Amino acid sequence: MTRKLLTGNGAAAWGARLSCADYIPAFPITPQTEIIEDLSIWIDSGDMDARMTMLESEHSMITAAGSAASSGVRVFTATSSQGLLYAMEMLYTVAGWRVPFVMVNVSRGLSAPITLESDHNDIMAARDSGFMQIHSATCQEVCDNVLMAYRLAEHAAVRVPAIVNLDGFYLSFTREPVDLPDAEKAAAFVGEFDPENLQFKSSAPLSQAMAVLGGGPYSYFRYETHLAVQQVLSVYDDIADEFADTFGRRYDMIDNYQMDDAEYVFVMLGSFATKARDAVDSLRKEGWKVGLARLRVFRPLPQEKIRSLLKGRRGVAVIDQNISMGMGGVIHSEITSTMYGVNDAPAVVASFIGGLGGRDISQQEFFQMIHDVKQAADNSTTLEARLLYTKNELIEMRKLQAIAQVEHAEIKQK
Amino acid sequence: MIKESPLHFHRMKDMPSTHLLGTGTPMCAGCGGLEALHNMYDILGEKTVFVNAAGCMTLLSVYPFTPFRGGWLYTAMASAPAGAQGIRDAMDILIKKKKLSEDENVEVVVITGDGSANGMGLSATSGTMDRNLDYIYLCYDNEGYGNTGQQYSAATPHAAITSTSKVAHGYPGFKKDLFSIWAAHKPAYVATMIAAEPLDLAKKIEKLQTMKGPRMLISLAPCPTGWDYDPQLSVEIGRLAVQTGVWPLKEYIDGKVVHTKIPKQRKPVEEYLKLQGRFKHLFHPQRDEQGVAEIQARVDAYWDEVNE
Repeated sequence: MTRKLLTGNGAAAWGARLSCADYIPAFPITPQTEIIEDLSIWIDSGDMDARMTMLESEHSMITAAGSAASSGVRVFTATSSQGLLYAMEMLYTVAGWRVPFVMVNVSRGLSAPITLESDHNDIMAARDSGFMQIHSATCQEVCDNVLMAYRLAEHAAVRVPAIVNLDGFYLSFTREPVDLPDAEKAAAFVGEFDPENLQFKSSAPLSQAMAVLGGGPYSYFRYETHLAVQQVLSVYDDIADEFADTFGRRYDMIDNYQMDDAEYVFVMLGSFATKARDAVDSLRKEGWKVGLARLRVFRPLPQEKIRSLLKGRRGVAVIDQNISMGMGGVIHSEITSTMYGVNDAPAVVASFIGGLGGRDISQQEFFQMIHDVKQAADNSTTLEARLLYTKNELIEMRKLQAIAQVEHAEIKQK
Repeated sequence: MIKESPLHFHRMKDMPSTHLLGTGTPMCAGCGGLEALHNMYDILGEKTVFVNAAGCMTLLSVYPFTPFRGGWLYTAMASAPAGAQGIRDAMDILIKKKKLSEDENVEVVVITGDGSANGMGLSATSGTMDRNLDYIYLCYDNEGYGNTGQQYSAATPHAAITSTSKVAHGYPGFKKDLFSIWAAHKPAYVATMIAAEPLDLAKKIEKLQTMKGPRMLISLAPCPTGWDYDPQLSVEIGRLAVQTGVWPLKEYIDGKVVHTKIPKQRKPVEEYLKLQGRFKHLFHPQRDEQGVAEIQARVDAYWDEVNE
């Protein structure tokens, strides 16, 4: 095991290298590009026995990823944000092809307005595609998740593609110490790719991805994919155990922090959970019984685990770094629907939307969330969804608008 | 990739007598695209994988049936060439890593309609030529979005009535010159062909089998439902397309465009037009002299340039 200072992007590239990916269809997009740059250098220098093809779009990139996996090679690819959405038709398509490969998505807010900074609307848009999703909170996890994602995706009971998600900038460009798995151990852990029935060869012709007529066959194949994604829940623990035995790090589907006696719980995913940990520590010092449940596996959603974890708590603050226009936080609605009808479910499951487009969530805001959740629980009231925004931010915004108005008036006068 | 030893198609009797593509597909009677595919498949053989984009031919393979003896992959409307890229790259990797023997190799063939080829899929196609991908691309060109009921596409000819150009004078635009767009990429091979001229088609398929790189084909595909004529006229209309000079048979190799069948005495375009309901308004209720003359003039101008 080597300890290296790596960005999240660097860790993702190492994950692909250590997983012995054969083929990398690629397309650049900020903040993901460093991943494919690293891989291309290793391929050119002979450090990695793989082939990279630069496509002309993410739509083509995912098509090539899927068709290469259909032909029996191990595929790795990466994208972000607009690229993920440009490829969206093919995400659904290749998931239906039941091709196990791994894609890293470096989360970035969606246009409009166009931005480079992070939030989770991109990855939430892929929620229903048939890709399984694992979310990372540290650079270490990014690398480890790629290895585990191959095992999960390629498992005989699963056979669907996987997305490993990391936050743009906060992880992609932030250096952290990473214990790189030993190359031989990693190769042994991930194992040889078994294409099973995925192939095109002259002696055994095969038709793949054919059309169906009618809802019967269509529903059958769609249900099959759904059930396959759900199989991750049954095979996950064995693979996590094996990973822990090999590399000494154990990752559960949900990363629990200070949950044993917690009355109030933050539920969220991604790197901002690191900030929530700090908030939990501070609140604990003040005598608050607070915990954090960070969802690592988001598709499939580990509903049974969420139910047993959250029942009996007084209140839950779900933090969404995404916004479903006209509805609110995606994770919040998934948690409330998961908890509905559960005996002893928390009376308050509140929704907080923040961290959009790289906006910070301050410690003060974490404190306020728990304070408000407690108050609602004490008073048996419900909490309206909150859109996090401070007075100072609004003042700064007003200044920008004032400049825009002056400039606009200037142009009109001319 | 090991190429088959070259065949020699000099006369019609040299053509393959066994036909590989299965029957019973849900294509329309008289489909000019299916006819071209038949002819091509007989020569290419079963060591192939066809990568398809959304279009009429999507319905060739409907679970669990297929007319192909080799492989098939349906992708999406915009990215069949990228699908071919992934398969070609993967097979090359497997052969290089000795996980697949050379004789298991297959030729990757993209098959799309003109809607995908001229529009949504053009960027992906261009990309494969940038990357000198070793594959064959067949565009069956029925001059409209046929599978959805013949709305006009970028390949629709001037004046054709389509379901989105039903007005008195038909489609106001002009057919996109996809052959030249493709040839501008300087791929290994570009050719136009038509099933009604099977010997010319066979010679082209034979020739491209000796080459590597992008080998691009546009087959005009007379379409009884989209062009509004009796299915039994498909071959005749196809021949007239060539004899009137409306559909020049040509190929691009090594930077040069060569016409493979130059009609010595071109028949008047109206012989081609008047058999098709989509041009009926040029002849009924009265003849549109100017409209027909304009179409004739454009065809003449093309051939004047060729014959210079």
